[in-house]
Amino acid sequence: MQNIWEYRDLIFIKGGLLTIEVGLGSLVIATLFGLLGAWAKLASNILLNTLAMGYTTIIRGIPDLVLMMIIFFEGQIFLNYSGEVLGLWGYVEISPLTAGIGTIGFIMGAYYTETFRGAFLSIPNGQIEAGIACGMSRALIFRRIIWPQLVRYALPSFTNNWLVQLKTTALVSIIGLQDIVYNANAIGRKLREPFTFLFAALLFYLVLTAVSEILLRSLEKKYSAGVRRV
Amino acid sequence: MDFSLISENYDFLLLGIVNTLSLVSLALLFGGLISVPLAILSADRHRVFGPIIWGYTYIFRGTPLLIQVYLIYYGLGQFEFIQNSVAWPILRSAWWCALIAFSLNTAAYTTEIFRGAIEATPLGEVEAAKACGMSRLTMMRRVILPSAFRRALPAYSNEVIFMLHGSVVASTISVIDILGAGRVINGKFYVFREGLYSAAVIYLALVVLITQGFQLWENHWHAHLRPRPTSTPLKAPKH
Repeated sequence: MQNIWEYRDLIFIKGGLLTIEVGLGSLVIATLFGLLGAWAKLASNILLNTLAMGYTTIIRGIPDLVLMMIIFFEGQIFLNYSGEVLGLWGYVEISPLTAGIGTIGFIMGAYYTETFRGAFLSIPNGQIEAGIACGMSRALIFRRIIWPQLVRYALPSFTNNWLVQLKTTALVSIIGLQDIVYNANAIGRKLREPFTFLFAALLFYLVLTAVSEILLRSLEKKYSAGVRRV
Repeated sequence: MDFSLISENYDFLLLGIVNTLSLVSLALLFGGLISVPLAILSADRHRVFGPIIWGYTYIFRGTPLLIQVYLIYYGLGQFEFIQNSVAWPILRSAWWCALIAFSLNTAAYTTEIFRGAIEATPLGEVEAAKACGMSRLTMMRRVILPSAFRRALPAYSNEVIFMLHGSVVASTISVIDILGAGRVINGKFYVFREGLYSAAVIYLALVVLITQGFQLWENHWHAHLRPRPTSTPLKAPKH
């Protein structure tokens, strides 16, 4: 126990903050990919539909760690190759942090795609027609009618996805990022107290899960104000 | 991509498939066996076991599988009494540790799935069973569980796929599963595409197979829910 207190900076501050950083950073990217994917799936364009379909099917069919490794290597190669062909940039190395955030975001985006698509489909079409009939512009319809309800319908599934995503961040330790799992494992094994240190990492995740659950449920309540519970 | 590299080293991948499939199916078997009594107890809101089961599922569902596997494989060796116990030969082996972690993990998720399904049993069915004079056990066996399993099937098929996806962390503790086999090939020949892409394709194929299998199972079990065949729609008479 004293050892944990001694190494608290390395584990909870450095490692823990990195975990939170990867989680929140990839959340932003995943949400963007999710909204984009849902838009592509709902668009009346066969090419977009097929693209989005392929994206969600392949991503959800392959384990995240395998995808992470593939994207980690291929992204690097692709970036340098395109830089060479276009002549715009020379050799660049993607940092593991960027790669981790990008890949987790890209992977989880496929799950958020289904979340947002389902939520969008739950909005009665009559409301959109009513908006058009009132002379609202598309942007106004999105802002006043679609978005508030999209958030409400998407939140329960969004919460589930976020909890999965939070746990997925542990995998970045395998591609060499020094997050809480990496640090706890390395220090714990060095001091011959792996159980104590890994258990601390476990508790850290448990706290993150509990906090996000509380926050997101209260957000759910806020967005469901005015909805009658039967 | 050098396909001959893959075809010449197919035995590694085969070993990987065997290891992954055996780990996942045994974990699902043990997890399923553990989860049914736990789900019944927690659906009953048992005063002692209810909170304990809640804590168990909360911890295993709220933390990454990777840490759970590490805790069992690297962590347990910290305690001398475990090193001296008869279970040590098992707890020292990566394969067994992965199996234990996977079983406990999937049991936690499956408990919640089954608990939800049991709690969603229509009250009328339970009342009817009581009115027939069934004992608690008979009611469970004949009425509640069969309908709960049916309701749980779609969620359970997701859990099976998540377990297959989650099983890749076994490769991080040196088990040669499908990803592990891919990484062995990569390391042996200093390549990265061959091993990773074959692993990805195999996992994708397994997911498709599992999905199809569950689709058949669902069609079989949910036959009573299928839309009834309607008579052919009437055509407008030709004049």
